[in-house]
Amino acid sequence: MTDISQSGPVLAADGTPLKRSLARALRLQKMRALLLIAPLLLFILLTFILPVADMLYRSVDNRIVQDVLPRTVQALEDWDPASNQLPEEAAFAALAADLKEAANAKTHTKVAKRLNYENPGMASVFRKSGRKIKKWDVENDGPYRERLIDLNKGWGDVELWKTIKTYSGIRTSGYFLNAVDMQLGADGAEMRPENERIYNTMLIRTMRMSLIITFSCILLGYPVAWLLANLPASKANLLLILVLLPFWTSLLVRTSAWKILLQQQGVINDTLVWIGLVDDANRLVLINNELGTIIAMTHILLPFMILPMYSVMQTINPTYMRAAKSMGATDWTAFWRVYFPQSVPGIGAGSILVFILAVGYYITPALVGGTKGTFISNLIAYHISTSGNWGLGAALGAILLAVVLLLYWVYDKIVGIDNVKLG
Amino acid sequence: MADASNVDAFVEFERVQKSYDGENLVVKDLNLTMPKGEFLTMLGPSGSGKTTCLMMLAGFETATHGDIRLDGVSINNIPPHKRGIGMVFQNYALFPHMTIAENLSFPLEVRKMGKSEREEKVKRALDMVEMGAFGGRRPSQLSGGQQQRIALARALVFEPELVLMDEPLGALDKQLREKMQFEITHLAHRLGITVVYVTHDQTEALTMSDRVAVFDDGRIQQIAPPDQLYESPENSFVAQFIGENNTLEGTVKEINNGVALVQLDDGELIDCKPVNVSRPGERTRVSIRPERVEYNKERLQEGVHTLKAEVLEFIYMGDIFRTRLRVAGNDEFIIKTRNAPDQTRLQPGQQIEIGWLPEDCRALDA
Repeated sequence: MTDISQSGPVLAADGTPLKRSLARALRLQKMRALLLIAPLLLFILLTFILPVADMLYRSVDNRIVQDVLPRTVQALEDWDPASNQLPEEAAFAALAADLKEAANAKTHTKVAKRLNYENPGMASVFRKSGRKIKKWDVENDGPYRERLIDLNKGWGDVELWKTIKTYSGIRTSGYFLNAVDMQLGADGAEMRPENERIYNTMLIRTMRMSLIITFSCILLGYPVAWLLANLPASKANLLLILVLLPFWTSLLVRTSAWKILLQQQGVINDTLVWIGLVDDANRLVLINNELGTIIAMTHILLPFMILPMYSVMQTINPTYMRAAKSMGATDWTAFWRVYFPQSVPGIGAGSILVFILAVGYYITPALVGGTKGTFISNLIAYHISTSGNWGLGAALGAILLAVVLLLYWVYDKIVGIDNVKLG
Repeated sequence: MADASNVDAFVEFERVQKSYDGENLVVKDLNLTMPKGEFLTMLGPSGSGKTTCLMMLAGFETATHGDIRLDGVSINNIPPHKRGIGMVFQNYALFPHMTIAENLSFPLEVRKMGKSEREEKVKRALDMVEMGAFGGRRPSQLSGGQQQRIALARALVFEPELVLMDEPLGALDKQLREKMQFEITHLAHRLGITVVYVTHDQTEALTMSDRVAVFDDGRIQQIAPPDQLYESPENSFVAQFIGENNTLEGTVKEINNGVALVQLDDGELIDCKPVNVSRPGERTRVSIRPERVEYNKERLQEGVHTLKAEVLEFIYMGDIFRTRLRVAGNDEFIIKTRNAPDQTRLQPGQQIEIGWLPEDCRALDA
């Protein structure tokens, strides 16, 4: 028996501290619980967390320049780009050696591609020189400066050397700067020329349209959620099935349906022309612009707004409204002062869900957005699958992630994440 | 309208019916008149129509037929928020997103009352229920009993003349419930308000009310002051529903001088007071309260009919003894006796004779 009145840690019956004894008793339970979720944990780690981490790293990864041009990078260490003079002969010699080796290993196109993002035109200089330099006997073919410039005029351009020097580190901020329409100039980061800026516009457009879509979803979804929560059970179930119906249809099918409805020779325009509301010559442009994206995405994301609102409204006891009315409030006052504030957590949950989904949406804007209604995710997809500039794609993705987290934080500060209820 | 109604009537139901589905009547032909300042309780089992009546009075349900009048004016077509009736709900319905003071201020705000006047009334209402220090709290920070007081204060803060209460004490534990029963009745009488109180708890109904309306099957079975209801139930439903009751079944043999001779089903004869039996040959249910049954022969009147009984069970309950008997084939016949020094404690298996005053034994409908 343990004496309860003793000082110090409480001991279990066998004399070990109670805390340790409790931890031991719970350890088996914890292990068993961990074992149960282990397959999912492993799956998520391999298919989600690791790839995401890899992508995020790619947004700053610049090892390629040092890997392919190690001698050149070293030779350029003492060179001062601000002098506006071409580097010393040694640098050209190093480049020739690097380039020949790279050409044989066929890695020179990779570094060409990387540097071309920063200084368009460099790719062709590298590629053309690479083909010819294979025939050189690098050891004895001096002087390298003249011969290289002779091989390709591009090597005589100081800017090209500056680019190599600027991007010779193993990590770079270049992708991120590029993603916000900036570049590394002689005096550090600077804005790109006006006509080369696209990413900021895209990011702002994505945010603006996602906000519009979120608000449209609130406006359209609130009455539906209210009906769901207040109709008798049998009718509410039918309505709930109608709300969930889109989930059973492919996203692609639904988006394509909007194409048929919204196009200029489509159902909506035909009907409006037929009623006489719209002149045949001036059919409405409802698709391949921002409007098309907003209409289609509001429709597709609506259930994600309705369901959280519904589950919150379900918990609001109807006697609150009755109580308000018994105290003299009109229907509107009772709704606005008593019902609405209690439904705000549902609106918050739905809005976060819809906004975050909208910001990263890809298929629908790609199909109905034309050029004016595409999102930043369409650009990310372009860089990942078409242009092959994974670093820039990764940087854009990282910025998107950061913006969403920031908004989440702002929301938490203003509304409080505790107020978000999914049911 | 005024000439048709009672002069004293404050609340009136006239031939009110209510149906939800068009097939069944939940409230069948309700007639009720309440004077100002009365505390009336609607008592009945669930589904008896009492809550529906309250909701019709509050305006949340519309009467299918008939007229409901408040202070002589028909209110059938007046929406709830214009009726000016205070209401306390079963779950209190305190607005969770407002503080206690904001909750109380709400009915005053919608009446466009000025800020200083509002604050003063809220303070007075909170002091009235002894919750003055709790104005800044949220409802979820209060206990059930405190929430109950706030709900009461909120229903009274805009000074309505009529207050409806829908099982307001249902969620409280027994001790707190009894305390609140007294507080509510005292407050109601002090303020002189008219109260319609709905409950299914008969003790609550008896202790609080000026009059109790017993509901069953969509009708008022009896409406009377508590003592009358308990001592002179008018039919067997009321006798069964209010308090503990012993029932014996039989046939009326004869009725003489206000005393009915009833032959029980096992052949024995007893004297009863005819309540709703009128002629010999009628089937009847005889009702006797457990505390009016006497088994001490010395205390029985001369010449009354007595019945043989066998003691089945003796239960000691502290202040009283509860004894279960077999009487005329009924195994559930209960008698209650006060725990007094001279009281005999009956033993199971004992054969006794029981009797009562004819006026305590009421012959009701079968």
